[in-house]
Amino acid sequence: MHLMTAMEEGADGVFVAGCLEGDCHYQAGNLRAKKRVAYVREILDKIGVGGERVAMYNLSAGQGPRFAEIAREMTEKIRALGPSPIRIAKRKAAGRPTTEEAA
Amino acid sequence: MIIAKPKPIEEIIDLVKDLKSVLVAGCDGCVTVCEAGGMKEAQVLASALRMYFRQQGKDTKVEETSLTRQCDRPYIAQLDDKIEKYDAVVSLACGAGVQFLAERFTKKPIFPGVNTCFIGVTEEKGEWTERCQACGDCILATTGGICPIARCSKRMSNGPCGGSSSGKCEISKETACGWHLIYERLKELGQLDRFEKPNDPKNWATSRDGGPRKIIKEVSQA
Repeated sequence: MHLMTAMEEGADGVFVAGCLEGDCHYQAGNLRAKKRVAYVREILDKIGVGGERVAMYNLSAGQGPRFAEIAREMTEKIRALGPSPIRIAKRKAAGRPTTEEAA
Repeated sequence: MIIAKPKPIEEIIDLVKDLKSVLVAGCDGCVTVCEAGGMKEAQVLASALRMYFRQQGKDTKVEETSLTRQCDRPYIAQLDDKIEKYDAVVSLACGAGVQFLAERFTKKPIFPGVNTCFIGVTEEKGEWTERCQACGDCILATTGGICPIARCSKRMSNGPCGGSSSGKCEISKETACGWHLIYERLKELGQLDRFEKPNDPKNWATSRDGGPRKIIKEVSQA
């Protein structure tokens, strides 16, 4: 639901950072999260928002550099995809031009 | 419990796409347990519908709620003073709940948001299997506690049939033969002699063959 809320609010993308598989404090929590992320991606695909805007990554709390790398990777990916259709629609509804239109 | 599964979102969108306001109504009963239609599913569906409408440039209002049970009047009455605000309701309850809403709110379209599948059990998280077809004349006492109506693909009263092989049903290698299960269970109970006397033909009048059913328990009536 948090993923849906973020996307509904207009986030261009969201990634979920779970512990390494097999290393979850809640045992299977990260595996369940992985399935839920896949479920949300499917919904986003079906409603035209694009499931690729949501992703799941696994890393440990001690992998700061990896976190930064993932954040950069995700940012680049989302930047290539452009603004979320929800954000564009919200701006249009508010009478504000989208980034592309302003340019 | 009653097991259901969510309808594809495209099907729901098709039902509500021309409306101005929609209420997604979950049910806190069986469909919550089988993760098809509780509050969480209502929130996710409502959010998805809002995003869909937003992209279409429509300001359709989509809100969500969840009732304790949609199969009891005191609970569905909680919608009495809210329902006028919406053009339609997408009910995530089982078919009984959808119909009960439709009976109460006669001028309001009530759409099903789930497909109601069967009466079953939770095998493990995320997996449910059928156990009962509500035939109205339980014979579990004679079949070792395993129902041939629900577990045998042919609903045979006396089995197994020739399609049973190595404990599996001919419809699929994944499906256990109900009568094989019954045999194994009766063997454990030391009751294999039950197979010497065939079960009588089943009286299906207590099932759907007798038309829509009704139960009256006078002692419980007001």
